[in-house]
Amino acid sequence: MTAQFVAPEIAWAQLLPVILVLGAGVVGVLVEAFAPQRLRRPLQLVLALGGTAAAIVAVAALWPQTVADGGTVVLGGSMVLDGPALALQGVVAALGLVGLLVIADRTETGEDAFAPSAAAVPGSDYEEVARRRGLAQTEIFPLVLFSLGGMMIFPAAGDLLTLFVALEVLSLPLYLLAGMARRRRLLSQEASLKYFMLGAFASAFFLFGAALLYGFAGSVRLSDITVAVGSVTGLDPLLIAGSVLVLVGLLFKVGAVPFHAWTPDVYQGSPTPITGFMAACTKIAAFGAMLRLVYVVMPGLEWDVMPVLWGVAALTMVVGTVAAIVQTDVKRMLGYSSVAHAGFILVGVVALTQSGITSVLFYLLVYGLATIGAFAVVALVREVNAGPGGAVVAEATHLSQWAGLGRRHPVLAGSFVLFLLSFAGIPLTAGFIGKFTVFSAAVEGGLWWLVVVGVLASAAAVFFYVRLVVLMFFTEPAGPDAPTTTVVRTDGLSQVAIGVAAVATVALGVVPGPVLDALGDVAVFIP
Amino acid sequence: MNLSNYLVLSAVLFTIGTSVVLLRRNAIIVFMGIELMLNASNLAFVTFARMHGDLTGQVVAFFVMVVAAAEVVIGLAIIVAIYRTRRSASVDDANLLKS
Repeated sequence: MTAQFVAPEIAWAQLLPVILVLGAGVVGVLVEAFAPQRLRRPLQLVLALGGTAAAIVAVAALWPQTVADGGTVVLGGSMVLDGPALALQGVVAALGLVGLLVIADRTETGEDAFAPSAAAVPGSDYEEVARRRGLAQTEIFPLVLFSLGGMMIFPAAGDLLTLFVALEVLSLPLYLLAGMARRRRLLSQEASLKYFMLGAFASAFFLFGAALLYGFAGSVRLSDITVAVGSVTGLDPLLIAGSVLVLVGLLFKVGAVPFHAWTPDVYQGSPTPITGFMAACTKIAAFGAMLRLVYVVMPGLEWDVMPVLWGVAALTMVVGTVAAIVQTDVKRMLGYSSVAHAGFILVGVVALTQSGITSVLFYLLVYGLATIGAFAVVALVREVNAGPGGAVVAEATHLSQWAGLGRRHPVLAGSFVLFLLSFAGIPLTAGFIGKFTVFSAAVEGGLWWLVVVGVLASAAAVFFYVRLVVLMFFTEPAGPDAPTTTVVRTDGLSQVAIGVAAVATVALGVVPGPVLDALGDVAVFIP
Repeated sequence: MNLSNYLVLSAVLFTIGTSVVLLRRNAIIVFMGIELMLNASNLAFVTFARMHGDLTGQVVAFFVMVVAAAEVVIGLAIIVAIYRTRRSASVDDANLLKS
């Protein structure tokens, strides 16, 4: 007897946000292959920005239906497009759009943040020729789109295989992008190597954990594993080891202690626009997947696995904050601050209450906005070579170079202060509302001791954020009269991105109600 | 033949892969350790598929092979770029980024 082949039903409409982004990426690869060189950049820009904006529209169009019926399971259960998944897809696409503006920006001499030819050996004649001829690696746009597509699948993945494939689809382009900086290419390549090695190491752990969970439940589907947690007995070692290994893979991606070692190095070495993009969007995608895992599969494991997550959350907040205090490089400091923020978000994840989901979604949005904005500012502040008419070169990342910047460029420095205050969680910025909702969700979940640690860490974190504010506005630059730091003139895309991020940060801080209500409407996972 | 022997082998291979990643310095060898870990996971998947009488695990193994191939492409590209810059593929030599 031959088995009858049944064609699967595919809900194209529900998959539209993901298809638009990945489709734009594929067309982008074709553009690289067939379009003449001078047309590539405009075409890639239209594709990247258009594809991402269309994905946002698609999410908005799917929203009312999802609020009404709670979402659907598509592709035979491989993807679960419920409320949190749709909300995260929208947030990732929106922040991806802002991030793409920063990535696409060029200085007035037409230089973007990326090497003219990433394959050229740094300092070689070939690199010099490529630079003089004004070559550009427009491949970055399809790479960013593929990564973005992976990030949109990740929080919606309904089985461990989709989760693994999405993890790789989002990571592999980022490993490459990390190594493509125009300046300080040795640091950039080193960042790429470290990110790749540790990322592949972590995804191997993730995969072995997935194998053990499959052995436990006989299925890779998360809903089946949930059922098996309640019914299968005698295989607890497989279940617990598998869950912990899978969580290790996700905790690595969000940069939680003790899996954070790569974060500062990669954030410092990568091209700054890419740092902003990956710091914001990777974290959102990975926390989305972790939320699903913790809220759908783990409730039955509350006393086996959750204490591990409590410990990781506390450790992440404390280590991230303490390490950020002693940094002298602004990108590194923001890197450690993002580690600390991973801890704050974890507090919301482990709350295991309904408000925990809403608070994490909101925190991810405000953290992502401030992160992309802050790194966009860092990308604009450059060193100037000594002497009259000195050329503008690499980014001025040492903290001492930022002294007095606020007096010379008040608007830019002012928006940076706004992002720092949002990181610190000062009232009237979105960061305050984010921290408040996360901590109140944890109190509701009975984890008051974790909230105490979190509040203390936030208080300590204010120190290094405010130190930078004081440095920018109330400190004279040391050394000779002519400032060695300047703000580079660009096409203006970065300024648009910074403006959007700043306005959204203030708006979400002053009137968070509508967004919190909208996220609350969709914050229900379907198994 | 007891199927759990394959699981033991898979765990042993995974451990060897992990030790290689942690102990060796040459980026290519470290990378081979990671591939060994992925293939150990594949063995576990296929064995569990046999135990459960379910084909999913075998399908997963195919997907993992494809993903591992993509990972090799990216990984070797990065390692070659580093080697041409530094004339060294040692992960200890890449130490410019630190506090």
